Amino acid sequence: MTINEALPLAVLASSLLPGLVIFILPETWIGTRTTLNLLGAVAKLVLVGILLAGVHAGEDYGVRYAVLPGLDLVFKADALGLLFITLSAILWLLTTLYAIGYLEGAPRRSRFFGFFSLCVTATMGIAMAGNLFTFFVFYELLTLSTFPLVVHRGTNQAMKGGTIYLAYTLGGGALLLTGIVWLHSLAGQADFAHGGFVASLGQAHAGQLQLIFLLLIAGVGVKAALVPLHGWLPQAMVAPAPVSALLHAVAVVKAGAFGIARIVYEVYGVEFAQSLELLAPLAVVAAVTIIWGSLRALFQDDLKRRLAYSTVSQVSYIVLGVALFGPIGTVGGLVHLVHQGIMKITLFFCAGNYAETLGIHKVSEMDGAGRRMPLTTVAFSIAALSMMGVPLTAGAVSKAWLSDGAQTAGMEWAIWVLWTSSLLNAVYFLPILWRAWFHQAPVAWSGEHIPAHGWRETAWLLLLPPLVTAAATLAAGIFADTEVSPLAWAQLIAGREYVGAMP
Amino acid sequence: MIDPMVWLIVLPLAWACFAFLLGPGRGARPAIAGLAVQLLLALQLAAGLNDSGAGAHAIGGWGAPLGIDLAADGLSVAMLLLTQVVVLPLAIYARTYFASYAAEARYFWPLAGFLIAGLNALFLSADLFNLYVTLELVGLAAVGLVAAGGGAKQITAALRYLFATLLGSGAYLLGVALIYGAYGTVSIPTLLPLVTAEAPDVVRLAGGLMLAGLMLKTALFPFHFWLPPAHGGAPAPVSALLSALVVKASFYLILRLWLGPFAPLAGIIAWLPALLGAAAIFWGSYQAICARRIKMLVAYSTVAQLGYLFLIFPLLPTEGALQAGIMQAYAHGLAKAAMFAAAGVLIEATGQDTVEGLAGAAQQLPLTLFAFGLAGITLMGLPPSAGFLAKWQLIEAALAQGHWIIAVAALAGGLLAAVYVFRVLRQAFLLAPVGDVRPVPRMLEWMALLLAAASVLLGLRGVELMQLLGVPAMGGAS
Repeated sequence: MTINEALPLAVLASSLLPGLVIFILPETWIGTRTTLNLLGAVAKLVLVGILLAGVHAGEDYGVRYAVLPGLDLVFKADALGLLFITLSAILWLLTTLYAIGYLEGAPRRSRFFGFFSLCVTATMGIAMAGNLFTFFVFYELLTLSTFPLVVHRGTNQAMKGGTIYLAYTLGGGALLLTGIVWLHSLAGQADFAHGGFVASLGQAHAGQLQLIFLLLIAGVGVKAALVPLHGWLPQAMVAPAPVSALLHAVAVVKAGAFGIARIVYEVYGVEFAQSLELLAPLAVVAAVTIIWGSLRALFQDDLKRRLAYSTVSQVSYIVLGVALFGPIGTVGGLVHLVHQGIMKITLFFCAGNYAETLGIHKVSEMDGAGRRMPLTTVAFSIAALSMMGVPLTAGAVSKAWLSDGAQTAGMEWAIWVLWTSSLLNAVYFLPILWRAWFHQAPVAWSGEHIPAHGWRETAWLLLLPPLVTAAATLAAGIFADTEVSPLAWAQLIAGREYVGAMP
Repeated sequence: MIDPMVWLIVLPLAWACFAFLLGPGRGARPAIAGLAVQLLLALQLAAGLNDSGAGAHAIGGWGAPLGIDLAADGLSVAMLLLTQVVVLPLAIYARTYFASYAAEARYFWPLAGFLIAGLNALFLSADLFNLYVTLELVGLAAVGLVAAGGGAKQITAALRYLFATLLGSGAYLLGVALIYGAYGTVSIPTLLPLVTAEAPDVVRLAGGLMLAGLMLKTALFPFHFWLPPAHGGAPAPVSALLSALVVKASFYLILRLWLGPFAPLAGIIAWLPALLGAAAIFWGSYQAICARRIKMLVAYSTVAQLGYLFLIFPLLPTEGALQAGIMQAYAHGLAKAAMFAAAGVLIEATGQDTVEGLAGAAQQLPLTLFAFGLAGITLMGLPPSAGFLAKWQLIEAALAQGHWIIAVAALAGGLLAAVYVFRVLRQAFLLAPVGDVRPVPRMLEWMALLLAAASVLLGLRGVELMQLLGVPAMGGAS
């Protein structure tokens, strides 16, 4: 086995092995568990760094392994996969730090961190899957490993949320499997490839291919929370804050959006998908989801539920970008995969901080929170403004590229969708900021758990991650034009998908 | 020269007799040693087969049509291997389990020995009458194991089981007699060229009788009535043996006859087993979803899972259908053994046998719950597991032939399985006041986990098993 074959496996192992060891660690071995977690996360970052440099230089990383005759598990780390891998690896480290602080003294932490690591392993597998079979294996593994995290608290409410989550995701999995096997029986074993591999089947199978596309997109659309398949997401809010952050910013919804990107670009190929008239309906579904999610978010008083509906809306920006035919829309969608991740995880970290520190769960309780917790609220504000697409933030970059993409693709209506969504984002985020900064704080915080120590408004492990991701949100906006920005990488991918057609 | 085929039958008989002579409740050690050797023999046989093709052995040097022939092809060795792989961990489990139940353990080891000998002989036999003898041996030993608990309920279940199994083998024997009357032989290789599509009605009748009898013994819906009380009422290691292996024996026999001598006649009724199989999936899953007792849930899940095995019959002419069936047999065999073993631990530890009684068990018995969950993944057919590969192969074969309905039944069955598996896991994850949990020997938990892990890991490497299945029978006819 060469280095180029071993590296993708090492990326998987760097979270799988610590996870398995953590399962059998006794509850009280806190130091060992923390060390293992952080070692795994840092090792993964180093490995991802090597991969990034290699792929940038044009190296191929991949390995295949036969499960059945004619059925291979295939891993490859390509530019598109690395976008998702890098995001997950960085946010995994931050979320691990956050979770250590968040769960301090809580019971059943070995179980929590064990499944947490499995969840990240599954995400890595999805990102590096080289064919639909491998993708499906890790897609379902993700469902299974997140269920124990959603129901971690063990209350009846948690069980209800977990059951709804399972019902949606397993149902989606069944649709996806049908589509994958059907395609496999038509096209035989085929890996993801630039420009897709089904085009060779030609227009003769157009009807079947359209139906398969519908099955595949419905299957991954459950995780991407496309309306009307989004019902699980607000329900899954019962999970602890680090899990919500992970579910909503990194693992689950992104796995869905990423799956859509893979299916459109590397299974069907954009051009062939366009010729089958599949992209326009997908764009419409994405637009409906964007508007519907924002509308529903308006009416939520529960902070985490409002953020959840906001996720429903924002993830579909990615889908919209993918569905806009043309390299500029592609860049917009892909870069939003990263941008939405860092913005949304910031918001969830902050929501967790409010709940843990002051017992705030509702928007109506936010009065004066900014004075008591200025640093958290600054981070929250940056992320919220970025969601609206205020200049100099990551959100503005995504929106600019998406709008340009819509223009080039001749779908001007999509620009209106984006503007409406920005407006709605402002309507549901600005009142929160207003309350937090400008309303009078109550005399005493009824649910205050963590007292302030000087400038340190809450435990430092809770404070650090949102500040880092908020800074990243700004950096991704301000330094978008540099070599090392997510935008530059998205352009690299788009350049490889549309060979020679880059502006 | 040591022929592994002969020893695979003689060894279990030997340790069974030895255990009987040692007296009630004894003989676990020689049994486990014997089973370990059997596993090696089965592996040796499989390796030999992969290298050199099918093997045959004439006992006492008398070949067919006079003597007793033993024959091994890919299909039979695959089943042999499954049997030995499942039984060894279960025997280790049983040894610890029965340490605290002296009464139920009295005849376990001798009966288990006869059961294994019967199974191994069944997989290796090549003539219809010998198959009947082994079938009867397996059935009677299994009834004995169910009755060994001695409770009124267990005796009732055992009597019902006895009735079903005798009726089943009676119908089969009648079929064999008719075949003998028609062709004057019961050797499968000799029959192969004789039975043609223009066979007389009496042969069709014989085939029908044999099929019906074997379906009754496999507990295919609607003949499943005897299975849940028998499997749900027996001690955990016995339930595991019965659910994982015994029902597979009669399934193997149906498959063997279907692919062998009756192949020219089988085409017309191929949809009958498939329809019954689909009904079994829905009915068994529904009953499992409603079951109050955890072992009844697992037993009804067996009824449902057996349904998948019969979905393959309309697809058998296609490449991949047989492979799907055997992969499913492996998946279910390993996972169900693990699940009954885990259920045994749960009942033993909480002192209750209802699903409700499991509240909070995840905190106290994480290892067992993990085993139950892994086995559940296989039963739901989620990746990575043997159950998933089986489902993949089944759906692919179904779609290749355009039989949509089979793919839909398999997928729906997986979702229904998720409902009853997560019913248990949900309950176990509930926060509950820490009840009285009796300490359970760790060995029990580890054996359940080992079996469950095997069912999942097989999902990562099925190439060798598929290669083994490809080895044809002597004469290359099947």
